[in-house]
Amino acid sequence: MQRDAVVVSMEGITKSFGGTTANDDISFCLEAGEIHGLLGENGAGKTTLMNILYGLHRPDSGCILVNQVERNITSPHEAIALGIGMVHQHFMQVPTLTVLDNVILGLRNAREPLLDREGARQRLGELSATYQLDVDPEAYIWQLSVGDRQRVEILKALYRDVSILILDEPTSVLTPQEAEELFAMIRVCVNRGMSVIFITHKLEEAMSITDRVTVLRDGRVVATRVTSETTKAELARLMVGREVLFRLSNDAARSPAGPVALEVERLRAISDRGVLAVRDVSFQVHGGEIVGIAGVDGNGQTELVQALTGLRPVESGRVVVDGVDLTNAAPQRILRQGVGHIPEDFDDALVGAFTLVENLALDLHYTPPFSRWGVLNREVMRQSAQQVIARYDVRTPHERVKARTLSGGNKQKVVIARETSRAIKLLIAAHPTRGLDIGAEEYIRGLLLELRNAGIAILLVSTKLDEILSLCDRILVIEKGRLMGEMARSEADIEKIGLLMAGTGA
Amino acid sequence: MLDEILTVTFLTGFLAATLRIMTPILIAALGEMFAERAGVLNLGIEGIMIIGSFAGFAGAYFTGSLLLGFVTGALAGALLGLAMGVLSIRLKANQIVAGLGIWILCQGLASFLNRGIFGVVSVRPSVSILPAISLPLLNQVPLLGETLFNQNIVVYLTLLAVPVFTFIFRRTSWGLSIDAVGEEPHAADAAGISVSRVRYIAVTFGGLMAGLGGAYLSLALFGLYTDDLSTGLGWMAIVVVVFGKWRPWWIVGGALIFGAANALQYRLQALDFPLPYQFLLMIPFIVTLVIVVIFGRGQKGPSALAAPYERSEL
Ligand SMILES: Nc1ncnc2c1ncn2[C@@H]1O[C@H](COP(=O)(O)OP(=O)(O)O)[C@@H](O)[C@H]1O
Ligand SMILES: [Mg+2]
Repeated sequence: MQRDAVVVSMEGITKSFGGTTANDDISFCLEAGEIHGLLGENGAGKTTLMNILYGLHRPDSGCILVNQVERNITSPHEAIALGIGMVHQHFMQVPTLTVLDNVILGLRNAREPLLDREGARQRLGELSATYQLDVDPEAYIWQLSVGDRQRVEILKALYRDVSILILDEPTSVLTPQEAEELFAMIRVCVNRGMSVIFITHKLEEAMSITDRVTVLRDGRVVATRVTSETTKAELARLMVGREVLFRLSNDAARSPAGPVALEVERLRAISDRGVLAVRDVSFQVHGGEIVGIAGVDGNGQTELVQALTGLRPVESGRVVVDGVDLTNAAPQRILRQGVGHIPEDFDDALVGAFTLVENLALDLHYTPPFSRWGVLNREVMRQSAQQVIARYDVRTPHERVKARTLSGGNKQKVVIARETSRAIKLLIAAHPTRGLDIGAEEYIRGLLLELRNAGIAILLVSTKLDEILSLCDRILVIEKGRLMGEMARSEADIEKIGLLMAGTGA
Repeated sequence: MLDEILTVTFLTGFLAATLRIMTPILIAALGEMFAERAGVLNLGIEGIMIIGSFAGFAGAYFTGSLLLGFVTGALAGALLGLAMGVLSIRLKANQIVAGLGIWILCQGLASFLNRGIFGVVSVRPSVSILPAISLPLLNQVPLLGETLFNQNIVVYLTLLAVPVFTFIFRRTSWGLSIDAVGEEPHAADAAGISVSRVRYIAVTFGGLMAGLGGAYLSLALFGLYTDDLSTGLGWMAIVVVVFGKWRPWWIVGGALIFGAANALQYRLQALDFPLPYQFLLMIPFIVTLVIVVIFGRGQKGPSALAAPYERSEL
């Protein structure tokens, strides 16, 4: 392993999308045989920078040297030819094709245009063995779990003989144990002479796996550090641009749990693919407590939340809110029964082309005081919106801007503001801080605690274990649509939850 | 009446006619399958067939060669397919609007060129149609052999193309690339496939096939050109693709049904069936309607069908 030899050097890279400058005069260099962390909050420009290196975006200015030779990379095809492979956050796979076909997609072989599936299968088997990446080559992508799909994505890169591997937030879809396996695999890669760029916004990961870290903030490089010579606190400060207080936690004002607000009994729901996605799930949520549902994405959380909120038919079982049976009730009925819903994608909760005034009145626009005899009272709506915007600290020039122009954090604040400013007894929050920066995340977590202290029952679905552990009074773990276990927060730790998430625990 | 219909001559004639008439639908549908599997919905097929039948006829008429006629028809179709490609891939136009635009344009253009070149005449210029080739041995098969295996060369070649296309999609990198581009263009792009190149090729090939299908009408079925030669065969081809689940053999099945409906209509007209001929003309369209209603539902095509590809949407 010869260190110090620079394999990739990006100099003065600038890239704008319309108004936003995603990369602003960024310089970055990757040395041979290192694991180089690219650390930054959501929207810092990490993915954009690597998409440029991978030929998916053209930089507005700046140059790229690969192995000391200046290159103009205009397509992934050219990047691959230069030995650069990238595992995207959103997997670049064709679900209707098999693993094998996805791996050989876009490659030429000696028998072109005929496919050499036999040879490919053999080669894939060898790679799987070397890097301990087990997948069935004949399986269709749509049948695989997210962890498997990530392995396919890595195998795709390895199959192309890359010497530089870019991983974009690879652990966000993994259980803690799967993440450990991934780290082991990365070390095998490095030992075999590869260089790795590891994108993350998690400080612990940056500290544990990388040799060096480059921190991005608002599209600029803030610093590059040798990992062994820095601390988590320093990285956090660099990343956020101010001192970060590590974690508010929920102990502050713990009100005793109130009456049962949500009771779910042997609930079953079917996914879009027609398979049973929620299997006999039963639990309760009391007023004044936060119950967390932890699990790797795609284990039935989406379907569970949709079944609870009337957006997906309940196959069997019961949903009772505050003593009223709401199984298969219409969403509006559920809403009027005092249920707030923060959906997993905040864009689904807002009408992008509507103003904030209209979005904030979306739920109750047909009732007084927002309307009378079916005619909207715009003035009342506007005043109400102004109040809400001030109270929830939504950063916007005024209340008449279109919702889609807001940043993610502010969109989420608008959703939460709308869903909690009616009189609710139960709040169902699905991934409320997904895709938000640390500031917005802190704010929204604080808000959830406040609501809980006000006696509202909260069901929190999240894939972030730190969030679950810091906010929830009780924790449920979901795996393949089943609840794997329940624990009070005092008895929970990452290890234990992780094992349950993988379906192997307790 | 019924005994007239149930005779062997009627049935074998009906079968032979079915084969002859299904062929242009099948050619166009197979081409459209390529375009759609790559993610381009080309609704201009009907128009391209009209131009194909005109260009094919004009080509054959002036060169005196049917082969050159087919080549002209195919080239005209390819050019229009390419135009659809420019509209939908480069200019990222709405594919429904672009396709309908091509259809309307072609109708007008064919009629205009026809009058411009051949003038308004009482006796239509004509060419002799493509001769049938009787397949030795197979034509000995009792009852069916003589008519079924006595078709023109294009019918045979089209049926031969079906297993070839199946092979392309199952076993070659071309087929794999086309499917990837139509299902998940981002993934195809990241794998180093040029999405626009594959789409251009597929939609141009689709146009070429529609042009051929059109030329078949004027050169193998009628021997002349009129503006209403195609009468909706291109639209039926689009329905056949959906009915055929975007797969070659299923598409043959679909084309067979439509071919039969059309053949029945012609045959019944010839028999002086006691129904106004306008009703007989409706048969193929009623079949279309029924098939759309029964089989069109819940049919899942390529995921990226009719969606322009934009790299920056990542
Ligand atoms: N294709 C695109 N079109 C418009 N804006 C984009 C696009 N890709 C990224 N951006 C913007 O660029 C900024 C940086 O994004 P990104 O590189 O994805 O950040 P990160 O990966 O660090 O979370 C964000 O403000 C994002 O909204
Ligand atoms: Mg990113």
